[in-house]
Amino acid sequence: MESITPILEFKKTCVSYTKQTMAVKYVSAAIEKNTITAIMGPSGCGKSTLLRAVNLMHNLYPNIRVDGEILLNGENIFSMAPIDVRARVGMVFQRPTPFPTMSIYDNVLSGFSLNGIRLSKSEKDLIVERCLKNVALWDEVKDVLNKKGTFLSGGQQQRLCIARALAMKPDVLLMDEPTSALDPIATKHIEELLLELQKEVTILIVTHNMGQAMRISSHSMFMYLGELIEYGDTKNLFSTPRDERTKAYLTGKIG
Amino acid sequence: MYSKTKHRLIKDKAILWGICILATLTAVPLFAILGEVFINGYVQLSWSFFTEPTPTAYKTMQAIENGERIPGGIANGIIGTILILNMAMIVAIPIGILCGIFLSENSKNRFAKIISYLTDLLQGTPSVIVGIVTYIWIVVPMKGYSAIAGSIALFIMMLPLIIRSTEETLKILPTSLKEAGLALGGNRVRVMLKVQLPAAFGGVFTGILLAISRVIGETAPLMFTALGCSFIRWSINKPISAVPLLIWEFFNDPYLQDMIWGASLFLLLFVLTLNVLSKYLKRKWNQ
Repeated sequence: MESITPILEFKKTCVSYTKQTMAVKYVSAAIEKNTITAIMGPSGCGKSTLLRAVNLMHNLYPNIRVDGEILLNGENIFSMAPIDVRARVGMVFQRPTPFPTMSIYDNVLSGFSLNGIRLSKSEKDLIVERCLKNVALWDEVKDVLNKKGTFLSGGQQQRLCIARALAMKPDVLLMDEPTSALDPIATKHIEELLLELQKEVTILIVTHNMGQAMRISSHSMFMYLGELIEYGDTKNLFSTPRDERTKAYLTGKIG
Repeated sequence: MYSKTKHRLIKDKAILWGICILATLTAVPLFAILGEVFINGYVQLSWSFFTEPTPTAYKTMQAIENGERIPGGIANGIIGTILILNMAMIVAIPIGILCGIFLSENSKNRFAKIISYLTDLLQGTPSVIVGIVTYIWIVVPMKGYSAIAGSIALFIMMLPLIIRSTEETLKILPTSLKEAGLALGGNRVRVMLKVQLPAAFGGVFTGILLAISRVIGETAPLMFTALGCSFIRWSINKPISAVPLLIWEFFNDPYLQDMIWGASLFLLLFVLTLNVLSKYLKRKWNQ
């Protein structure tokens, strides 16, 4: 079997908020290209913490220590410049975060303006249309592109945030419970969208919704108390969990 | 049982009324001041009151002898105030905003904590002391009172207000906003300029308006620095008048007593307008 370099690889990744306790303990896992990997686990198990390590969000908080390696296309991100890493790893947060002072149009392009990249008007129009079509938002907003991003509904705002992240053509898209603040219909839209998007981008999604993990992910991780307990094909993990703790979580005994 | 409930209801009502009456009492001083200044002041207000400088002693005497209304106005004060305030703002706004950004971004930093504490102390410094210190620092070496000295005194007074409001507004912005900006690959300066500061604009602007309304009525620091001037002057290195200084001068001149109220009304209306405007902007921004 030929070995392909995984797009993202955790190598004994540790994150600690305080000196005494580790929030993420020695996680090692390889993520394949163009897959959706769900990270599951009870609250406080370190899944968001692990996710936020991938785009160096922890760098913003000097008290947080990150150890080990995370390889992006074989390159250790801890030795790369944060802005380079973040340009290649997009992120969508739990609550929609459209920039309140920018129009829908400018929100999609905010990645470029924040990176100091100048675009011509025709390039801008093209990117905005492509990205909004990508997230199935174009038909709904094409006539109101100059309205503020906060004018949209929660689900639309979240899709706008995905469009904004996709505009930068990232290799990996991190999603931190992107549907937990949304109603079921908006959630369904986003889930359908993610299945569509995996052709272009590798998605790592934190979810506490097992149904969601089952519906959209090809691979799943189960984390418990900071450790990666089990990682594998979603179908196998759900049907025949190897670890007792995974079984307990899946049957609702923990979490 | 029934009478007990009734008793409680009556007590409830009595307390509610008591609170309402006390709350109304707090509004009394404001309306008393407004009424007093308005009743005495509005007769003074005319076009010339805003376009002409303080009358000379000769003109005043003439008017009094002929039983006419005292001529002249407060144009010298208005121009002085505008000049002093603008110079103070030009320096205080950028420095205040930058300092506010620094404090909000580094709230855990020891140095920032010290600066933050000092800002509080500066805010609490009596204005008369700011005036006398500015006198020693600026007026004495420059060998004369000047608009510049006045604006430096007001700059010192405005600075903590702008720093605080900028810092507070930036701090209450959701962290996710900053993280979202940085997650897109922006550096901290760009995220601050394009995401955080625009989102905080309403609060920062409100803070600036409040700082202006706070210092525009300051009299004590200007007595030591700008001194006053009875004619319209545009130079910044000479003594200059200001509206609150004029009120004090009118008060000390037995023949110009009537003009106190016109000048007071102008100052009061200006400050109230700024306050109402800032409240309105804050509400609009919060939506």
